[in-house]
Amino acid sequence: MAITDATVRKVAALARLDLPEDQVATWTRQLSDILELMQRLDAIPTAGVEPMSHAIDLALPERDDVVTNGNQREALLACAPEAENGHFRVPKIIE
Amino acid sequence: MPHRLTIAAAARALHSGQLSAVELTRACLERIAALNPTLNALITVTAETALAEADAADRRRRQDEVPPLTGIPLVLKDLFCTQGVRTTCGSRILRDFVPPYDATVTRRLKAAGAVLLGKANMDEFAMGSSNETSHFGPCRNPWDTERTPGGSSGGSAAAVAADLCCGALGTDTGGSIRQPAALTATTGLKPTYGRISRFGMIAFASSLDQAGSLTKDVTDAALLLQALAGHDPLDATSIDTPAPDYGPALDRGAGGLTIGLPDEYFGDGLADPVRAALTAAQQTLEREGAVFKRISLPHTGAAIPTYYIIAPAEASSNLARFDGVKFGHRCANPRDLRDLYCHSRAEGFGAEVQRRIMLGTYVLSAGYYDAYYRKAQKVRRLIADDFRAAFREVDVILTPTTPETAFRLGERTGDPVRMYLSDIFTINVNLAGLPGLSLPCGFDAGGLPIGLQLIGPTLGEEVLLQTGAAFQRATDWHARKPDLPGPAGR
Repeated sequence: MAITDATVRKVAALARLDLPEDQVATWTRQLSDILELMQRLDAIPTAGVEPMSHAIDLALPERDDVVTNGNQREALLACAPEAENGHFRVPKIIE
Repeated sequence: MPHRLTIAAAARALHSGQLSAVELTRACLERIAALNPTLNALITVTAETALAEADAADRRRRQDEVPPLTGIPLVLKDLFCTQGVRTTCGSRILRDFVPPYDATVTRRLKAAGAVLLGKANMDEFAMGSSNETSHFGPCRNPWDTERTPGGSSGGSAAAVAADLCCGALGTDTGGSIRQPAALTATTGLKPTYGRISRFGMIAFASSLDQAGSLTKDVTDAALLLQALAGHDPLDATSIDTPAPDYGPALDRGAGGLTIGLPDEYFGDGLADPVRAALTAAQQTLEREGAVFKRISLPHTGAAIPTYYIIAPAEASSNLARFDGVKFGHRCANPRDLRDLYCHSRAEGFGAEVQRRIMLGTYVLSAGYYDAYYRKAQKVRRLIADDFRAAFREVDVILTPTTPETAFRLGERTGDPVRMYLSDIFTINVNLAGLPGLSLPCGFDAGGLPIGLQLIGPTLGEEVLLQTGAAFQRATDWHARKPDLPGPAGR
């Protein structure tokens, strides 16, 4: 499966990465090279093989629904690039 | 020269009163001041707090029975969150991030009494095999400063090899502890997936990431594992089996062990000096009483494509959280919210990280999911089954850690596929979730270190430590030091 410039633009948009137009061709070439490497898997028969999503068999553990770390609002907002009145601040999204 | 001490030797000297934690920490800080400008092994040096922690350790030691790592100066890879100490993950996007909490690993080291000297350089978001993708510049190999120390835990490995600290922690998603250990003549342990908590460790590929150690010998690897291993309710994937006492394994010797040699790891791509060093290592272990057996791991060749589907897929999802809103870099003057996301991420992430996000987004996108991601998950099962079958016949597996010794900085940066192939012998271990240990086992004609890898079954850390300690009692490769300038010590 060769990938095209249009696919690269679409994937960048999905990944929320600004992609300057003059770099699209380079990305298309590099991603195509890597995907070619990945296509080696096509030669391996996998009919009936159960996909492995995790290295070890795990049951999803449950815990009591209680607050354990208290109110961290100020500490967390202190990490934000922009915060105001106890909120994260972003550009206006509703006109 | 106290900075040269192993963790075990330093702990003995501190216990007997021959040395104080302040003296030891000061020696390491002097060494860092002399060598870090060249090596670039540490992104952040916490000199002031380190001396205060060392002083507190000395005072505690005078009053009480103290935990085993009391006063031992260590370095953490810069993706373990440290409350109040900047944690960059080697990235511009986290350049100024000061975590409001400690990773479980950080918390456990503090509880064991360790002194934090600083945060180690690394490939950005642990994505790389040479430490060259770091936003803070490449780290250099103490054995030859024109060459890479490996990656992604390159700073941790270089810091240990150059005696900037007694030991260091790294993480290993596809070989990021073992490959740099091999290239710097240090001892690198990646435990079983889930043996050490991932809480507070900045995520790259969650089904593969595992914390571990870079140390001066196997005994120190056991000491750090003891302090870190165990269940953590804050990490749902941490293994809920109590950690054994790892000490006794160190003295068991290699007698009676059956060690597997997989044919697929000794093929054409292996450099001659690496092959020769591995043969010599085999003979050493035979003299120690181990028996060798040829085995086959037939899906070995599928490692790289499988990994470079699964790891980027998980990364693209994990790194979605970096959006310029809650923490990390934000672009200037965004037009709207979408523009804020796209520009903050494009400015904050380097080329390799963007490449993997793009790859991951592509393989997870509608229409390609089954062809790539689902297929890779199936092959991953076949790879894990290969190992499971092998461990019915052998106790431990011996392979080279890397096909070649350290390459020159800049040599592979323009060719991602070639860079990805550096991890060909380490990746399968992560895909199968197994423990792996890299040990120094020789040098090539240019004086560059060579590493061997021991692979154990699930939760088989003890057999790795047993075999590794036997090997290090019979050899002195791990005790060799690079020729570096710097304070002569006292």
